[in-house]
Amino acid sequence: MSTPLLIAVLLLLTAAAFEFGRRRALQVAGSEFRTLHSLPRYYGSFTALWCALPALVLLGAWLAFEDKIITNLVITDLPASYQSLSEPELNLIINDLRNHLSGNVVSRELSPDMQVAAAHYGNLRATSEAALTVLFLSVAMLGMGLAWRKIAPDFWARNRVEAIVKVLLIICSTLAIFITIGIVLSVLFESIRFFQTVSIFDFLFGLEWSPQTAIREDQVGSSGAFGAVPLFAGTLLISVIAMLVAAPIGLTSAIYLSEYSHPRFRATAKPLLEILAGIPTVVYGFFAALTVAPLIRDVGNNFGLEVSSESALAAGLVMGIMIIPFVSSISDDVINAVPQSLRDGSLALGSTQSEMIRKVVLPAALPGIVGGMLLAISRAIGETMIVVMAAGLAANLTANPLEAVTTVTVQIVTLLVGDQEFDSPKTLAAFALGLMLFLVTLALNVIALYVVRKYREQYE
Amino acid sequence: MLNQKQAVLLESPAQTNDVPPPAPAKIQEPDTKTVGRVTVDKPIMTTRNVDVYYGEKQAIIDVSIDIAYNEVLSMIGPSGCGKSTFLRCLNRMNDTIESARVTGKIELEGHDIYDKKTDVVTLRARVGMVFQKPNPFPKSVYENVAYGPRIHGLARKQAELDEIVQTSLQRAGLWEEVKDRLSEPGTGLSGGQQQRLCIARSIAVNPDIILMDEPCSALDPIATARIEELIDELRQNYSIVIVTHSMQQAARVSQRTAYFHLGDLIEVGETSTIFTNPQEKLTEDYLTGRFG
Repeated sequence: MSTPLLIAVLLLLTAAAFEFGRRRALQVAGSEFRTLHSLPRYYGSFTALWCALPALVLLGAWLAFEDKIITNLVITDLPASYQSLSEPELNLIINDLRNHLSGNVVSRELSPDMQVAAAHYGNLRATSEAALTVLFLSVAMLGMGLAWRKIAPDFWARNRVEAIVKVLLIICSTLAIFITIGIVLSVLFESIRFFQTVSIFDFLFGLEWSPQTAIREDQVGSSGAFGAVPLFAGTLLISVIAMLVAAPIGLTSAIYLSEYSHPRFRATAKPLLEILAGIPTVVYGFFAALTVAPLIRDVGNNFGLEVSSESALAAGLVMGIMIIPFVSSISDDVINAVPQSLRDGSLALGSTQSEMIRKVVLPAALPGIVGGMLLAISRAIGETMIVVMAAGLAANLTANPLEAVTTVTVQIVTLLVGDQEFDSPKTLAAFALGLMLFLVTLALNVIALYVVRKYREQYE
Repeated sequence: MLNQKQAVLLESPAQTNDVPPPAPAKIQEPDTKTVGRVTVDKPIMTTRNVDVYYGEKQAIIDVSIDIAYNEVLSMIGPSGCGKSTFLRCLNRMNDTIESARVTGKIELEGHDIYDKKTDVVTLRARVGMVFQKPNPFPKSVYENVAYGPRIHGLARKQAELDEIVQTSLQRAGLWEEVKDRLSEPGTGLSGGQQQRLCIARSIAVNPDIILMDEPCSALDPIATARIEELIDELRQNYSIVIVTHSMQQAARVSQRTAYFHLGDLIEVGETSTIFTNPQEKLTEDYLTGRFG
């Protein structure tokens, strides 16, 4: 049976196991079903879990190792002349065998030797599938049977089921952590490879970014310079512009929504504001590139300023609009979390509403608001699409928002787009940039979480 | 703006509480079902036929009662009888509740506090409030007390502000305990100290009336005793309306007592009379612990 079919059968078996377990529990308890330690459905769940889990573990292990074992068996049985071939060549042959078996186009005519090997390969696969089917179903039945036999009135099924579920929960949560660690490690190792060719000092403090490296020895003018300062300066510039837009607008709208607006207006306006967060960033990107950037250029030209058609200002403005909902939503939550008793206390002293907000509510909410801002900044730093489209590619080291700048994320994109060799410093530089970016946003998030938590302690 | 507020504050006779102003023309005894005498000879505040609705539900039914100068009026009654709701009408804290609606007439020294021309900010500066749970601002002890005087512009110089803070803390009986830690956060004080800080904060604005909504229910007996002593001292300068669940407390601190039941004001009288010789069966049942 094929794997999907096996899983379907297992689902049926599990459902049956649940019912068997439940019935068995009621049966062994007889008329005295109150003597059962747990509710009947826990006995059912226990049987079902014992039916499904061991079988699934077996299936997973089988699928993970089946291919490797069969391939090895085929290779060892190949005629002696093939044994001396290098690994890539062997891989090629195995690939041919597979294509032959599944009826795909094969790169060359198979020799008689190969025909034999193909038949062998096919046999092994068929045997493996049959063995898996038998084993899989027997393990499922066996698990069900064992669990079924254990059912007795004084068997603590609920505790067992809860323990198993707890283990499943732990596995799922650690999985996310391990995946994160895996990503970080892979970026870290590639970065280390990069720093073997380019010194870390040049990377961190170099003022010139020009990642084109020579493909041929005699090529001119493409020595490659990997100074990341212009990129981080560009990122900083755009993030500052974005926060200059988002912080005041987001904060004041949060104050209005939480303190002044009618509940009905709030109920409509808040979701509408949060729609801003739902717009795909690529849409913001072409809005910035096609609408805002030309507008800024035209306005600038009218005032006699020299504005490039892709400017940090355009990207920053649009990015600011994008992160308004982050700022306003978090600030709104934090302001709402300020206890009503503090507002009452202030109002009862004869303060006006604005005095209450400025002198009591905002100071009390400040740590949380700062935390929200930091989260918004880390969001702005990591944003890619808008800057790719609207900020340009030139790595200018400038503080003039009317010039084109480039950011870390944009450079990562351009370094990895297109055909690349994965051992040149140009490509590896993307990993080093990614690592730096990760460290910066991680630091910001940690600070933000720390600040927000400290704020919470104050009122719980 | 502040100056205007200040002017109103200074104009009001609140500053000279020892010499009550000429009493308004003698008010007729209101038409009421309440047992006992609800009026006083020289009221600072009068309420007539007050109804309060929360949406459709009526929480206060036709309540009329006066508050005299320099008296402690206690309001008792079972939970949900409307005494806190009524208290919050007196400085219009019910305005902050969306669905609340107040009808009837409440006058502070002859001025209708629900009149369109009455500024609720000025009203609350004259009728302060202390809440059930101590709610000091997350600021220093000094800043907590200075908050009111600052927003009302009561002090022109730092020295004046310092003096207001010190006087208020002294009157609240907290000065000796906190004089060396004025810059520490008010939230770091003990529960009883926090509540006295909140009282000091109210006094600092120099109100005419202080409303207290179960001010001791979150405190231990020793802190409660301190607050009760304090209430008795404060009576020299202010009128106090206190809602309490403790009948002993009402008996200890108040001169007059009002008994509320399901939104009705059942009986009002001298505290000693109410506790020894209640006229109404409902009052007697509550006082003797038969329900509530």
